[in-house]
Amino acid sequence: METRIRVVLLTTLTLALTGCGSLPFLGDEDAADDALAEVPEQVIEPEVERRDVRPPKIDTEDFEVGVFTGLMSVEDFGVSPVYGLRFAYHISEGLFVEAAIGRTDTEETSYERLSGAAEILTDDEREFTYYNASLGYNVLPGEAFVGRDLAFSQALYLIAGIGSTDFAGDDRFTVNFGFGYRLLLNDAIALHADVRDHLFDIDILGEEKTAHNIEGHIGFTVFF
Amino acid sequence: MVVSAVLGLALAAGAYAEERHRSVTVADPYLEMHTGPGRGYPVFNVVQRGETVELMKRRTEWFKVRDGGGREGWVHEREMLMTLDESGEPVRFETAGRDEYLARRWESGALTGDFGGANIISAYLGYAFTPNLSLELWGSQVLGNFSDGWMANINIVHQTWPRLRVSPFFTLGTGVIHIEPVATLVRPEDRTDQTAHVGVGVRAWLTRRFIFRAEYKSYVVFTSRDENEEIEEWKLGFGLYF
Repeated sequence: METRIRVVLLTTLTLALTGCGSLPFLGDEDAADDALAEVPEQVIEPEVERRDVRPPKIDTEDFEVGVFTGLMSVEDFGVSPVYGLRFAYHISEGLFVEAAIGRTDTEETSYERLSGAAEILTDDEREFTYYNASLGYNVLPGEAFVGRDLAFSQALYLIAGIGSTDFAGDDRFTVNFGFGYRLLLNDAIALHADVRDHLFDIDILGEEKTAHNIEGHIGFTVFF
Repeated sequence: MVVSAVLGLALAAGAYAEERHRSVTVADPYLEMHTGPGRGYPVFNVVQRGETVELMKRRTEWFKVRDGGGREGWVHEREMLMTLDESGEPVRFETAGRDEYLARRWESGALTGDFGGANIISAYLGYAFTPNLSLELWGSQVLGNFSDGWMANINIVHQTWPRLRVSPFFTLGTGVIHIEPVATLVRPEDRTDQTAHVGVGVRAWLTRRFIFRAEYKSYVVFTSRDENEEIEEWKLGFGLYF
């Protein structure tokens, strides 16, 4: 019995001693905590937390897309309706670039009608299709008043560019220039009226000449 | 139908406008509001220092803003850059100046000129890996008196001194060319050949996102005949960067 008690006591002592091995470290931590506690508390607590400001993105509307229709006079081939698409990018308040495609059907020449001779062109060749890339500049920007209280933004622009015309069985290098008028109904929708001359060289009626093909059209565009 | 599509777009734009807008505080003595996005439109309202305005949209260098009284007008970028944002810091916007030009990634444009006596119209799309080095894809239409055709090219461009406002570049590339003789002439067959080219040119930053470009390229067409054909090309045009 005594032996058993001794064993228990010894075991307790051993455990206590091994436990003591780790005590000095514990003591050190306590000392560190005390040292921290002695640092005076911060006098002014920062009440404002830093706000994560993420400003909403601003809607940029520099692109313009739209349709147009009008009349086009193709030299020697009569006047016919024209229709097309336009796409523009506004570089600055003055400058913009525009890409456009358009199509018209041409009529018979006076020669074909009067002489009753064979037709010069096939139906396919009579279709007049153009595309171009142009640079425009807004001149005379300002406001147009309708009555006393209602005003619309507007501008007259000058525009010129280059492109290609598929007509009379050939693709023709084409220079275009002209002017247009833009009236903004609101911030997003604009009405356009344009006059444009398309010039290319053609030799379908004898000698080669520079043909002037004058187009007048109206249309609308949407800014986005 | 077109009209309803337009109305739909306008309504969609309206719905978008209902979202929360960024607002800025006027730090200058005053902010001038114009009736339209351009120098020609008159000033109709002035917002005083300390007042806030909401930014609704922007078009080129003009911002559409709404003041505390609900008045809406257009303010120039120059004046907007003098305002303070919600945390009281000077406001920062994505601008389109020379710094952005130097850090550009995408570039696109159209050029025209002479291709061995024929007219040429080209469009390109470029991607800059570094300010010096970019890769470009080109599509061209060739419009000649005796033959028409198209050409597609891929080339690398080295801009040796990118920080110069007018900066030369060198290029090297390859592609294919397709030539069709004009129908009214005798009909030799259409042909498609591979090409290689070297070139030199110049890029000039003009304003905002707008670049002028001029270049000369010398092409070698690897024909199926005994000798290769050499074609010289020069062209001018404009580009935009994004």
